[in-house]
Amino acid sequence: MIKLVGVEKTLGGQAVLRGVDLEIPVGKLTTIIGKSGEGKSVLLKHMIGLFQPDRGEVWVDQVEISRLRGRALNEIRKRFAMLFQGAALFDSLTVFENVAFPLREKLGLAEGDVGRRVHEKLEQVGLHGMGHKYPAELSGGMRKRAGLARALVMEPEIILFDEPTTGLDPLMAKTIHDLIVDMHKTFGFTAVMVSHEIPKIFDISDWVAMLKDGKIAAMAPSEEFQRITDPEIAEFISVGGTVTLSPGARRR
Amino acid sequence: MTQVIAKLGRTTLFLLREMGRMLLFLGATIAWLSRPPFRPVQILKQLHFIGFKSSFVVVLTAAFTGMVLGLQGYYSLRKFGAEAALGSAVALSMIRELGPVLASLMVTARAGSAMTAEIGIMRITEQIDALDTMAINPLQYLISPKFVAALLGVPLLVAIFDVVGIYGGYLVGVELLGVSAGSYWSSIESAVEWKDVYGGILKSFSFGIIISWICCYKGYYTRMSAEGLGTATTEAVVLTSVLILIWDYFLTSVLL
Ligand SMILES: Nc1ncnc2c1ncn2[C@@H]1O[C@H](COP(=O)(O)OP(=O)(O)OP(=O)(O)O)[C@@H](O)[C@H]1O
Ligand SMILES: [Mg+2]
Repeated sequence: MIKLVGVEKTLGGQAVLRGVDLEIPVGKLTTIIGKSGEGKSVLLKHMIGLFQPDRGEVWVDQVEISRLRGRALNEIRKRFAMLFQGAALFDSLTVFENVAFPLREKLGLAEGDVGRRVHEKLEQVGLHGMGHKYPAELSGGMRKRAGLARALVMEPEIILFDEPTTGLDPLMAKTIHDLIVDMHKTFGFTAVMVSHEIPKIFDISDWVAMLKDGKIAAMAPSEEFQRITDPEIAEFISVGGTVTLSPGARRR
Repeated sequence: MTQVIAKLGRTTLFLLREMGRMLLFLGATIAWLSRPPFRPVQILKQLHFIGFKSSFVVVLTAAFTGMVLGLQGYYSLRKFGAEAALGSAVALSMIRELGPVLASLMVTARAGSAMTAEIGIMRITEQIDALDTMAINPLQYLISPKFVAALLGVPLLVAIFDVVGIYGGYLVGVELLGVSAGSYWSSIESAVEWKDVYGGILKSFSFGIIISWICCYKGYYTRMSAEGLGTATTEAVVLTSVLILIWDYFLTSVLL
């Protein structure tokens, strides 16, 4: 279980998170929605200790991780995998080596197992035969899928997905959603996903939470969330999250 | 007036904090060096990058430095009828000063800036964060191999610089201006002492540390923008070069 209590974070003079209280249920797929620039990526990074809150607490099971460092933090991080919004593939490694990286470095698997698992994952994300390419030779969507393969290949307890389908064509987006759902069913990991894919996320998520003005404006099981009557939330989910992007709020 | 003082205070504080951070970075990198897993393949890759890829520009600079020393030395020494000492003049300036300093400055420009840019891009594109999430220490994985490679690579390049430079002086002094080959080499043999060579090696090692330290540091703390990357690279090259020259003066005054 991941639990955030009163998390506040100011970045570059701007109060991004202003008291986030959020509890991520174990073994469920929870999706966080919200406007662009609202702080969803920042929120996700708090869960894995990439950001420390200015105030508040971040709990992973019985451990408060926001003050942890070094080995203690690494022990927690070993239970996680994360797909970054920009994929964050290692430029100097091929796609195969990227996906193999956590298996070799983190799990220390034998080379035979590494090869088998990497090829299996690359096939599942539709990158069969692309293993020898370098990230610079891939399209944005292909990089995203390679990053997804790298996150899924570890089969960890908790996976954080930052916009797994942004930049993919509708068919590929469906493939990726199906893959995440399948993997989730098979391995039962706790998934936290940031996504703009409204209404699609309501079909695949167990829970949906909305970040608004630096706080969790609402969190409910998927079907219930769609019946929320609060006008701003209702508007956001009815227009699909894309129209309400404020122009000044683009990512850096 | 109070504004000036306040600004001065702020700048001093900023510089002190920056220096503290730099020293911590160096300390942590050295601490991580001694812990397994050691990465010989990474170190070789970096050595190839720093050493091999800088070797062309180092050889080129060395040849022309040696040649111009031969030229200048010849005309200066001729005034005293001491052309025979040309070899020792070239060799001593090469081994004691110009080899270590110029080779290191070339490595800074060629490999140091590239190191800053590489690490800076990894910072901006969250690759360093990705390492963190995989519970892999970025200092150990990324910085340590570069550190070791610079420590080994720079002295090797300096050695090449010295040899090529001395041959450059030979080319101009002996082949072009007619100093006798025998006196060129024998003056080197009699003038250069082991102390000079050790001094040169010590300098090269310390310059290697300065290059990897500053260039990696600047890349590691690149601010999150494209301009940030440009600034980091420029600052890295300038600061490294200045530190090399200052440290060179300091070492020379201690060694002499
Ligand atoms: N490292 C950082 N330094 C300074 N400011 C940051 C940093 N990371 C994010 N921010 C700021 O925090 C705010 C929230 O950013 P974040 O990336 O979390 O938005 P988001 O909700 O993920 O948006 P999107 O849907 O476009 O990805 C933005 O205003 C951004 O400029
Ligand atoms: Mg984001």
